[in-house]
This record gives sequence, C-alpha cells and structure tokens, in this order.
Amino acid sequence: MAAVAPTNQRLKTSLRYLLLVLVGAVFIFPIIFMVVSSLKPDGQLLRDTASIRAFLPVGDISLDNYFAAFKRAPVGLFVFNSLLVTGITVIGSLFLCSMAAFAFAFLEFKGKEIVLSLIIATLIIPFETIAVPMLMVVNSLPSIGPDGLTWGWLNSYQVQIVPFLADALTIFLFVQYFRDLPKELIEAARLDGARWFQVYSLVIVPISGPVFATAAILKFLAMYNQYLWPLMVTQSEQFRPVMVGLQYFFQLNTAWGEVMAYLSLITLPVLAFYLFLQRAFIASIASTGIKG
Amino acid sequence: MAGLSLSNLKKTYGKVEVIKDVDLEIGHGEFVVFVGPSGCGKSTLLRMIAGLEDITGGELRIGDKIVNQVQPRDRGVAMVFQSYALYPHMTVYDNVGFGLRLNKTPKDVRDRKIREAAQILQMEHLLDRKPAQLSGGQRQRVAIGRAIVRQPEVFLFDEPLSNLDAALRMDMRMEISKLHQELGATMIYVTHDQVEAMTLADKIVVLNAGVVQQVGSPLELYNRPANLFVAGFIGSPKMNMVEVSVETAGANAIDISGPAIGRLSLATEASGIVLGDKMTLGIRPHDFQQVPEGPFKGTVTLVEHLGNETMVSLKLANGEAMIAALDGDTTCAIGETVSLDFNRDKVHLFDSGGQRRG
Ligand SMILES: Nc1ncnc2c1ncn2[C@@H]1O[C@H](COP(=O)(O)OP(=O)(O)OP(=O)(O)O)[C@@H](O)[C@H]1O
Ligand SMILES: [Mg+2]
Repeated sequence: MAAVAPTNQRLKTSLRYLLLVLVGAVFIFPIIFMVVSSLKPDGQLLRDTASIRAFLPVGDISLDNYFAAFKRAPVGLFVFNSLLVTGITVIGSLFLCSMAAFAFAFLEFKGKEIVLSLIIATLIIPFETIAVPMLMVVNSLPSIGPDGLTWGWLNSYQVQIVPFLADALTIFLFVQYFRDLPKELIEAARLDGARWFQVYSLVIVPISGPVFATAAILKFLAMYNQYLWPLMVTQSEQFRPVMVGLQYFFQLNTAWGEVMAYLSLITLPVLAFYLFLQRAFIASIASTGIKG
Repeated sequence: MAGLSLSNLKKTYGKVEVIKDVDLEIGHGEFVVFVGPSGCGKSTLLRMIAGLEDITGGELRIGDKIVNQVQPRDRGVAMVFQSYALYPHMTVYDNVGFGLRLNKTPKDVRDRKIREAAQILQMEHLLDRKPAQLSGGQRQRVAIGRAIVRQPEVFLFDEPLSNLDAALRMDMRMEISKLHQELGATMIYVTHDQVEAMTLADKIVVLNAGVVQQVGSPLELYNRPANLFVAGFIGSPKMNMVEVSVETAGANAIDISGPAIGRLSLATEASGIVLGDKMTLGIRPHDFQQVPEGPFKGTVTLVEHLGNETMVSLKLANGEAMIAALDGDTTCAIGETVSLDFNRDKVHLFDSGGQRRG
C-alpha cells in the first residue's frame, strides 16, 4: 500500500491541478481577450476572433483605442463618479449594516426576530420591481444646495448612494457571522465597563475582519456594476457612473476596440480593490486567530 | 463595603421558572460557593448578580444599593468565565488593561496596575502574547488578572477551572484561595466539583431546581445536612440511605426497624417523632466499621483499594446496595459476607418529607 499510495496521490493531485487550471482559464481568457483586443484596430480585432490570435498581442498593436476612448467619453469623470459613489456606499453600508446586525445578534428587544425576518425577506424582491416606486420617492425628497431648498434628488450623487446604504444581504452576512462569535466576549466586555458602542467598535469589529472583507467585496461589485438605477436617475453626464458611460461606445456603429479599451480601464479599480482586500483578509485572520 | 443581599429573587424564561424565590445574605469578604447538579440554575443566579440576565422578580442589593436595574459595568463586579472569554485580538497586556482603558485610568497608573496584577499571577513574561499563544492555565490566569486589575468589590467565578487538568486545577484552586485572602474581596464561585466547594468556601449554597436547599459552612453541610438532597449531594462517596419505620418513640431515644437492618435503638433529641413514622436513616460510608456481628450484613460486590482506605460495596440481604469506607488494610474478597456496624453519634435521620430530624 505504501508503494501505491504516492503515485496514486500524485496522479490525484495532478488531476486536481489540471482541473483548477482549466477553471482558471475559463475565467482569465475573457480578461486576456479584452486587454489584448483593446490594443488592436477594429478590423484586425474582428478578424482575430476566429483564431488563437484573439488572445495574443500580435499584429498592429497600439494604444490608439485608449486615446480614442478618452476623446469620445469623459472616462476619467465616469471612473471618478463610480469610485466616489461606490466608495461612500461601501464604507457607509459596512458601518450601518454591521451595527444593525450587532443589534440583531446581541441586543434583546421586542419584535427583533420579526423585524429581522422582514429584512431578510426583502432579499427575494428583485430590484426592477421596486425601481419605479423608488424613483418616485427620491424624486420628491428635499435637498439643500446652492439654490436653497429644492425638491427631488435626480442628477446627484446622493441619489446613487443613500438608497443602497443598507441592504438585506449585507445585514444578513454580518448577523450570521456575529451569531457565531462567543457570547462571553460581549459579556466580558460589558463587565469590563464597555458601553454597547464600545463593545461593537473595540471588541466585535476588530475580530470581524473576514466578514467585513467579504461584505465589502460583494457590495463593491454590486455598486460598481450599477446600471439600471443610475440610468434612471442621472440625466446629466456630470453624475454618471462607468456602466452608464458604456452607452457612449454603442452609438451609430460600435467601435469595438474602444469598447475594449474602456472596459479594460474600468476593470482596473475592481482588480486593485480585490487584491487590497485579499491582503487585509489574510492579515486579519492571521492577527486574531479567529477563523472565518 | 460590599456584601450582597438577595431577597425573593426569581428568574423565568417564558413559563419556566429557573430561579425560585432565592433568599441569601452574603457578607463582605466572604467566599461563597454555589453547588448543585447540572441545570439547577447556578450560572443563571450568578449571571443575575452580574447583570447579564434580567431579574424577573425580587430584589438584589450589592452593598446597600438595589441594583436590579443597574448596568453590569456599574455594579462593581468582575467575572471570570469558564471559557476565559479573552479578547483574541488583544495582547495579554491589553486584555488585562481593557477595563482600565475604558474607565479612562491614566496611562501610567494603568501600566502600574497591569504589572502588579501580572506579578501577583506570575505572568509578567506573557504580557506581549496573544491569547492564542497561551495554554489553558495561562489563559485562566489572564482572565483572573483582568478581573483583579479593576479592584471590584465582588468577584464572580463560573466554573473557572473546569477546563483544566487535575493537577493544574489544584494549583489554581490554591491560588484563588490565596488571592481571596490577599484581596479580601467578596467572591462567589460556581462549581460542581465538591472538592473545590469544600476547600474554598466559607459558605456553601446548595441549589436544586432553582431552590436553595441549604446554606452553611462546608462542615455544617457535611455533618448536618438539612435534607435528603443535601445529604446525598455533599460527601463522596454518597451517604447511604436506609428506609426505616419508628417502633417506639421515647423522649431522647427511638427504636427503628427496617428490612435492611432489623431493629435498632438510637439516641436522638428530635421531638415530634411518633410511632409508625416512616423515616430515612443516613449513614456516611466513613462511619462504618467492620465487626464480627453488626446490624448490617451483606455480600461484597466490589472492593476498591485506595491505599489509605478501602471502598467496599455491599449488597444487603434485601437487595439494597451500600458502600462503606473501611481501613486501608481491609482484606475482603468479592462474594464474601461482611458485617458492619456504624457510629451511632453520626447518623442522620430524615422524615418522610426528606427534612432532617436528628
Ligand atoms: N436562555 C435560556 N432560555 C431558556 N432556558 C434557559 C436559558 N438559559 C438557561 N436556561 C435553563 O435554566 C436552567 C438553569 O441553567 P443554568 O445554566 O443556570 O444551570 P447551571 O446550574 O449553571 O448548570 P451547569 O452546571 O450545567 O452549568 C437550565 O434548566 C436551563 O435549561
Ligand atoms: Mg453553569
């Protein structure tokens, strides 16, 4: 048996790696295709799709598509808008949702279970069904700006941020994680003299790195990929995010090279954010010794 | 100074009454141990004192203040948990100093107190470690350090040693006892380990099903258990119980008889015992001697030599089981018949309601 096991084991390991490589390829090839294509003129791009050349930076390679993309649309503004809206929403929702979840997990109050199940029930409502009622709501909210008190939030940043500051999925993630934490930690902190907010900020938050990272990634992706809502509420270019900006490249005849250049550009922040969080995630697990 | 006074304390979960009308006085500086079978409400009572469970009814005073509605942090209590409950992201130093940091103790004072506590508990070399890098015993020290550093009036311990191995448990038990003498604070300690209870306590509170069965010093409980429950719970091995009925009841002596023992005469001052009463006679295993001809005769079913004594299990003629702690050099074999007598001054008599009568 001892003689058979190693080869058998090695075969199994090799197969496993092969499978992982294949799966990895399925995910990585579209990205390679996107980046490679962004460097080619339209004619060659379309011709190359028929062969392996689609994934190779060969032929007439240049950054022309990027210059063209910047000329056609205010790419910088769109990326800025998206990052601003996404950043504020992610930070805000991590804070609000984790506090809400803290209350659901650790405080005792009447109707707690009912309220929590109502919140979780909203998970099954698709956004499309509530988009129009929500539009009507935000359209009649007051705002104070340079022109004094005005009505309606259309064409603004807050209309893209506030409705998404709290969501059922994020609350649910935090509640699940918090419920698994040892209750005695909270009790020890309370006896040590901590107020509820101190229990939250000094004891619970520092040991909840993994769930914060997970929630941040999910929220970031959801917000960065927003399309329908910003399309509905931002008529002026000034507040539009990246996904709505994609429209600029599909007018009259589609410039595929520019589309690819634009997509490559707007994918960069996602990758950067992901890598950053992955590090934070691992660091937090290593430092607390609590496994997620 | 902080003694505690519990009057009519009640706790219900929904319809289930977990703590029923507990009355208890705890003097300042006393070491009180709650014992009782699993699920009897020891932890619940302790947590009510800590403020971690709401009090359903009655009154709890710490010092001379009613604290029913007072937040845990304002009760002047510190608690050591069975699971230690150390903050995993903080070093030992920060764990111990957390309470001081919260009450805004100046940094230099805080540092001094943390180091003092570390010195008392001999864990100065551990201050920079995280809890994950400590052994069970070291974690328990940190948990105790965290409690003493705030100089609370009352310490609460909920089975603090039950996750430790036997040797460490004994060490820590002695340290806690020493700590109690040094600090002079009131300590309430929950355990279901009899040895811990007997060795640590000034006063033991025996609980069963949320009701206080008896309060007293370890020896009081051992020598004069108030009822059958306490008699059976305190002492190891368990007290032997024999059903008897009263044959004659005199002024200071009664005659009893039962299937296990035949007829016996006992001196007792108990009044109100009348002819025909059903009673329970309790005899501790250590109050037996082997004799050529005694009231108890039985077949040996098990012999355990412990060196200093020998535990002999018997089966009496009527089928009842008994256990006797005999001399260390007792030689008897399984299946042999032995005859036992007992120390007549140390018997326990309980009436049919289970209450002590003499
Ligand atoms: N949150 C709760 N809801 C309902 N019942 C509870 C709750 N907490 C405890 N109980 C019940 O209260 C009773 C007392 O529990 P408690 O934890 O005080 O027992 P204990 O004496 O500490 O037992 P152990 O020695 O096993 O720790 C138990 O019967 C338990 O089932
Ligand atoms: Mg308990």
